[in-house]
Amino acid sequence: MSLETWLPALIVLSSLLPGIIIFMLREDNHRLRTSLNLLGAFVKLLLVGMMIWGVFHERVFETRWTLAPGLDLVLHADELSVLFVTLSTLLWLVTTVYAIGYLENAPHRSRFFGFFSLCVTATVGLALAGNLFTFVIFYEMLTLATYPLVAHKGTPEAVRGARIYLAYTLAGGMLLLVGAIWLRTLAGPLDFAQGGILGDIDGLDPTTLSWIFLLLIVGLGVKAALVPLHGWLPQAMVAPAPVSALLHAVAVVKAGAFGIVRVVYDVYGVEFADSLNLLAPLGAVAAVTIIYGSVRALSQDHLKKRLAYSTVSQVSYIALGTAIVGPIATIGGMVHLVHQGLMKITLFFAAGNYAETLGIHKVSEMDGVGRRMPGTTLAFTIGALGMIGIPPVAGFVSKWYLGLGAVEAGSAAWVMPVLIASSLLNAAYFLPILYRAWFREPAREWPVPPGHGGRLETHAFLLWPPVITATLALAAGLFAAAPYSPLEWAEIIAAREYRK
Amino acid sequence: MLFAEITYALTGIGLFALGLRGALLRRSLLGRIIAINVCGAGVFMLFVAIAYRGPGQAPDALPHALVLTGIVVAVSATALALALGRRLRDSDHE
Amino acid sequence: MNSLPVWPIMLPLGAALLAVIWPRRSAWIGIAAGLATLTAVGLLMAQVASRGTLVHALGGWEPGLGIALRADALAVALLLMSSLVALAAGWYATGYFRDADRQSQFWPIWLLMLAALHAMLLSADLFNIYVTLELLGLSAVALAALGGGRAAIEAALRYLTVGLLGSLAFLAGVAVIYARYGTLDMLTLAGLIEPEPASWLALALMTAGLLVKSALFPLHFWLPPAHANAPAPVSAALSALVVKAAVYLMMRLWLDLFAPALDPASAWLLGLLGAAAVLWGSWNALRAQRLKLLAAYSTVAQLGYLFIFFPLLAALPAGPARDTAFGALVLMALTHAFAKSALFLAAGMIQQQAGHDRIEELGGTARALPVTTFTLALAGVALIGLPPSGTFLAKWQLLSSAFALGQWLWVPVVAAGSLMAAGYMFRVLGFAFGPGDGAMQKLVDGREELPALLLAIVATAVLGLGAAALWAFVAPGALLMGAQR
Repeated sequence: MSLETWLPALIVLSSLLPGIIIFMLREDNHRLRTSLNLLGAFVKLLLVGMMIWGVFHERVFETRWTLAPGLDLVLHADELSVLFVTLSTLLWLVTTVYAIGYLENAPHRSRFFGFFSLCVTATVGLALAGNLFTFVIFYEMLTLATYPLVAHKGTPEAVRGARIYLAYTLAGGMLLLVGAIWLRTLAGPLDFAQGGILGDIDGLDPTTLSWIFLLLIVGLGVKAALVPLHGWLPQAMVAPAPVSALLHAVAVVKAGAFGIVRVVYDVYGVEFADSLNLLAPLGAVAAVTIIYGSVRALSQDHLKKRLAYSTVSQVSYIALGTAIVGPIATIGGMVHLVHQGLMKITLFFAAGNYAETLGIHKVSEMDGVGRRMPGTTLAFTIGALGMIGIPPVAGFVSKWYLGLGAVEAGSAAWVMPVLIASSLLNAAYFLPILYRAWFREPAREWPVPPGHGGRLETHAFLLWPPVITATLALAAGLFAAAPYSPLEWAEIIAAREYRK
Repeated sequence: MLFAEITYALTGIGLFALGLRGALLRRSLLGRIIAINVCGAGVFMLFVAIAYRGPGQAPDALPHALVLTGIVVAVSATALALALGRRLRDSDHE
Repeated sequence: MNSLPVWPIMLPLGAALLAVIWPRRSAWIGIAAGLATLTAVGLLMAQVASRGTLVHALGGWEPGLGIALRADALAVALLLMSSLVALAAGWYATGYFRDADRQSQFWPIWLLMLAALHAMLLSADLFNIYVTLELLGLSAVALAALGGGRAAIEAALRYLTVGLLGSLAFLAGVAVIYARYGTLDMLTLAGLIEPEPASWLALALMTAGLLVKSALFPLHFWLPPAHANAPAPVSAALSALVVKAAVYLMMRLWLDLFAPALDPASAWLLGLLGAAAVLWGSWNALRAQRLKLLAAYSTVAQLGYLFIFFPLLAALPAGPARDTAFGALVLMALTHAFAKSALFLAAGMIQQQAGHDRIEELGGTARALPVTTFTLALAGVALIGLPPSGTFLAKWQLLSSAFALGQWLWVPVVAAGSLMAAGYMFRVLGFAFGPGDGAMQKLVDGREELPALLLAIVATAVLGLGAAALWAFVAPGALLMGAQR
């Protein structure tokens, strides 16, 4: 039993086992629960580090388990999985810390952290999935693990929001499942392979493949919040802030986008998909989503809802990147997976801090908050600037590559206006917030949260996570050319994809 | 097939049909139970008809054994039905 | 000659007699018998796995006049399902029937039912199957009426009436077979059956009878009231085991014995009725106000999925694809048995503590009975068909066969059925986690929640993760025809 066979499974187990134990813990057993959470996160980080090193040196990690005749559960580490797994693991660690601070004295924490761990297990599982069958299994598991998190507060709005979320994601999951089964029946075992596998198989009917593509993309598009399947996302804002942060940055929405990347690159193959004329519609939907999300964000006063629509818009950059044929666009889309995650989670952490510490939920209440909570607001600023695409924050790097890739592929005519319009819209809904926060006087006295008398502007566990992620977002932009950076990984992935 | 066989078989089928009709359409429980018994009698007739091997020859013993077993089963089932019906009537009168 | 196949029948039968003689000890006798039967089944399974199909002639009399018992992989898999579910439900029953009289009434009939079921699974003779089927039906009716109330007895009477008519139709079919082929032994018949009117008539009659007993739409009307009004452990056995018996017989007849006489088109009727059952049952489950009624309608729907397999299996030529689809059918039947019994036991738990099982008033259940709520969630996962349950893998194979054969119709039906199942299960869970005054009585003994939990874990985790082993055991040569290969 070598490390190569066990490492992927261990990475999945490192959050599954603590999760199961946490469910059974008594509610007041804080110390054990916190230790288990953090222990799991650190162990996972360590294992992922080993995997990064291994994959960089072209070692092959694969866990394979036959569940049924012809259906293998495969966990496989290629560069794309490593990219997503690393993002998930890092952000899980940070979010766990944040959640511990956020939920202090809240009820049902064992339940929360149990499902939280399951959520990460599912995310990591689908990141490491080596074929469509495995991907679908963890995708459904993700739905099941996140539903209780969205409904956690137990209020009627939370229950309603969670129910809408469930309806959308289960329906999407069913479409994905049907598409996956159909494809499997047609084309045999669908182990992901860089450059795609369908292009090499003879005798597949293009119309059928197009229908299957539609099923798969719609199924994935629900989670990825492609218009018009995005309706659940603003409703899911009833979840506690750590849940929203995780859902938007790394878990649900990213899982959908990641799935689209996998389908286009590692199942169909980008050139084959283009030859079937599948990428143009995908690009169109992505473009529409980018603009629509930003336009809706403009009119939202509720901060989390504005951020929600911003996510709808931003995640579609990834889909846009896959829809443009060419290595540079691929790099842009893929690296945005990481960058958007870092930036968005920072924004959500900050929003959570405002709500938790000062009771602020709306943009119109944010006047002068920069003076009261400078650290949080600085982090928010970095995240917002990155979203707009201002260097040196990481968002600029992704947009640059997308634009360049569009030019290279000859699609500049329609992509550039979308990118420019989107950046302008982002500025339009983020800059006013920054202006309010830093340059206006507060409308009233800030409430002092009970039990808070420390030097820091808020609880340490609430302050450090956004600061850390903002720093990472900045670093990812500044040091994009360094080895092991997200950009570097994206370049390797693109190189392997287009090797054919 | 000889005349006797055909007569028995047709009677059996007829009883089966009559019994089925009665079991589905009758209102009273007792009526339905009796109808089911008639239905059963029809099937038993069928077996008796099958057992006939021709004039002067001993009939096939196996179907007779099956009919006997069937009668026992029918009696048990009828008993259960009647007991339940009694219970039902008692609960009505409470 | 190996006499192992006799034990799964004799142990419950003997224990039933003992339970009548010593009513005070009936619970102990019942559990002991359950454990012993499980052991016997385990040993049988090991033997069949290593040596293939086992045949045992009762009393040493060869088939023709004597009766043979035959244990092949399919029968043994169902025996294992039956022993495990019966043991868990029986364990639950020891705590469920507070009244000592009820306890002593319950056990003899329960054990008799088990003996009849096992005898039927091991029978290789058509008339023997008739007798055991009747025994099974009668004991099931008696158990269903055990609850007392008017509704239960009415439902039990309807079940009895309808079941008797079904059995008589089956018997008529047996008569036709004997008239044409002169033997009732299934092993002998396997090579004899030809595609001709006599076979078709016999099959039609037997099928009519079995369809009533397996509650396939539109002959399902007796099931919801009977299962909903019976005591919880009885409902568990009825939904998980008794109706499965009829489905098992359908499998034996259609896919095995009469397979050469069949053309695939006739299996389409079964598939269509199955599809109707899925949609009708799921729809009614969505509208149900009571948890046990919801579970009963869910059974109607889930059995529909099993019948959708028939046109697929009939159209597939013998080979790995057919074996895989067959294994999927068995897996789905097994998973449903465990999941549904878990659901009924959990519902029983809730009904005991809250005094009712109205879904909209389930608020506070999650706090009062966390383990039971978890059981509900796990059972729900298995009933909906989400990974990692066995149902997920079975549905994958079902749809895969449908796509491969071009039988598109089943795809939207299965998808819609699964989504509706998600609808009704999550509705229950939503209420359970909702606010409520917890008018629940305090739970005295937490161990009472265990049997249901274990059943649910088997359905969702064990059968899902260990499915490959089941496939390897059941698929190759599980059918009578395979004996000739």
